[in-house]
Amino acid sequence: MAIQISVFIENKEGRIKKAIDTLGKAGVNIRALSVGDTAKYGILRLIVSDNEAATKALEEESFIVKQSEVIVVAVPDKPNGLNSTLAILDDADINLEYIYAFVSSQPDEAIVAMKVEDIEAATEVFKANNAKILTDEDIEKI
Amino acid sequence: MVWNEKECMTKEERENWQLERLQETVKLAYENVEFYKKRFDEIGLKPEDIKTLKDIEKIPFTTKSDLREAYPLGLLAVPREEIVEIHASSGTTGKPTVTGYTQNDLDVWGECIARGLTMAGAKKDYIIQNAYGYGLFTGGFGIHHGGNKLGAITIPISAGNTRRQLDTMVDFQSDILTCTPSYAMYLGESREKAGISLDEINLKIGIHGAEMWTDEMRKRIEKSLGIKTYNIYGLTEVMGPGVAQECSEQNGMHIQDDHFYPEIINPETGETLDHGESGELVLTSLTKTGMPILRFRTKDLTSLIGEKCVCGRTTVRMTRITGRSDDMLKIKGVMVFPSQIEKALLKIEGISPNYLIHVTRPDILDEVEVKVEASKELFSDEIKQMEKVEKQIQASIRSETGLRVDVTLCEPESLPRSEGKAVRVIDEREL
Ligand SMILES: [Zn+2]
Repeated sequence: MAIQISVFIENKEGRIKKAIDTLGKAGVNIRALSVGDTAKYGILRLIVSDNEAATKALEEESFIVKQSEVIVVAVPDKPNGLNSTLAILDDADINLEYIYAFVSSQPDEAIVAMKVEDIEAATEVFKANNAKILTDEDIEKI
Repeated sequence: MVWNEKECMTKEERENWQLERLQETVKLAYENVEFYKKRFDEIGLKPEDIKTLKDIEKIPFTTKSDLREAYPLGLLAVPREEIVEIHASSGTTGKPTVTGYTQNDLDVWGECIARGLTMAGAKKDYIIQNAYGYGLFTGGFGIHHGGNKLGAITIPISAGNTRRQLDTMVDFQSDILTCTPSYAMYLGESREKAGISLDEINLKIGIHGAEMWTDEMRKRIEKSLGIKTYNIYGLTEVMGPGVAQECSEQNGMHIQDDHFYPEIINPETGETLDHGESGELVLTSLTKTGMPILRFRTKDLTSLIGEKCVCGRTTVRMTRITGRSDDMLKIKGVMVFPSQIEKALLKIEGISPNYLIHVTRPDILDEVEVKVEASKELFSDEIKQMEKVEKQIQASIRSETGLRVDVTLCEPESLPRSEGKAVRVIDEREL
């Protein structure tokens, strides 16, 4: 399990850039990023090098910030790699809310962050199927 | 405790007092103010025709636009050198309306506020942190005059500078906070954010007015500052705050009706309504000398309670204002008050009561967008959850107003923040 930071982004020009700039100024590195958006607002989801520093810096700029748990898995970089990983969840009837990839990865694997309905159950089935789950310490080293 | 026995007169005593003062005021206005003389002469009315209180209904109404046309000091009933202070209400449209006060008028004002402070439980040794704006706005100076009359210590801190407000609460151990309700709420939130515990402050009483607020807001203010709050009412055109205020019963505001004569009228027809019926409040000053005002249409919708209050006062009470006859929005044919939207929002856990109602008519149908500031409690990393929150807000507004509106969550502090008066409605329809 890893901590993800999500940020409420109003549909106004420059707000995503402002959030990213804020993290840059606070010396926080972004490991993975995705934007979920609707016509009216967006949700910026991030995996960063320092959760506390990121939260503090963003809140000082009046952003709404929330920390939540996601599961980070290394997916073998071969045909059907992602498919077979997702099939593990499917077989166990665990709903996937959203998924996004890390910015950089190892040559032989891709790393993805997943938000699932039942994170404990997902961890169990990934372990049982020998999938590689990354901890916060593993993510540090990427 | 009651500040002045005049607050407890019998019906007969009160009516005699009122009639005598009304006759004096009408004479003063007719003989000294061109505007009133013209209005009376047009319909052949003479001051002597006012023989009973009921005869007040013969007098034409005075409106805000009459005051605007008399800008700046066209309605004075005394030579200009008798005036000692001036206030004005901000003119969002056109010129401001100006009120001139003689020393007598300031004494009346101080008296009314001192009565209100006493109603709320204030004593001579109390410290009043007066966070109403000082300036042309009547809030700051009005409370100040009353604080002086009571003999309390008034700190003229004015509105804004939240950090200093909090420090003053802690360092001076202020007993009373006077400010707009939205600023009181903001100060309560700020106290929590600053990590100042309720034990560190000594506030007991909050006196709030000058803008609309709901019971839900009252509960939040009382909880976040550890106080009991009192609704105060007034308007610059008539005097300023202090025309009426709640007592500890919190059941209607006592109108200082030995100084201001209240009537309720049907805003459409102008006909006078009975106690208990809802309509527009009309006020006539009974003791002012600088700028007496006859039958001023306040645009505030309320009703009157004539019965003696549990607190012992016999002054007539007005119920909480339900809206302004000109704030009332007619959307898709439905009457809506901003206060209803506020009430609907406050029913939802974790919501910030900062909102903006945006009305447009892109084609032939009205569209309403309600912008609400999101909060940490409402925010989720999942769009599904956020949509659920929006639907919940929509449903709450729908059950309160019957209207289907579009809800938009926006970032905290992105809507016009209210250290003065909040902007709640933007109506871009060309009606
Ligand atoms: Zn009472």
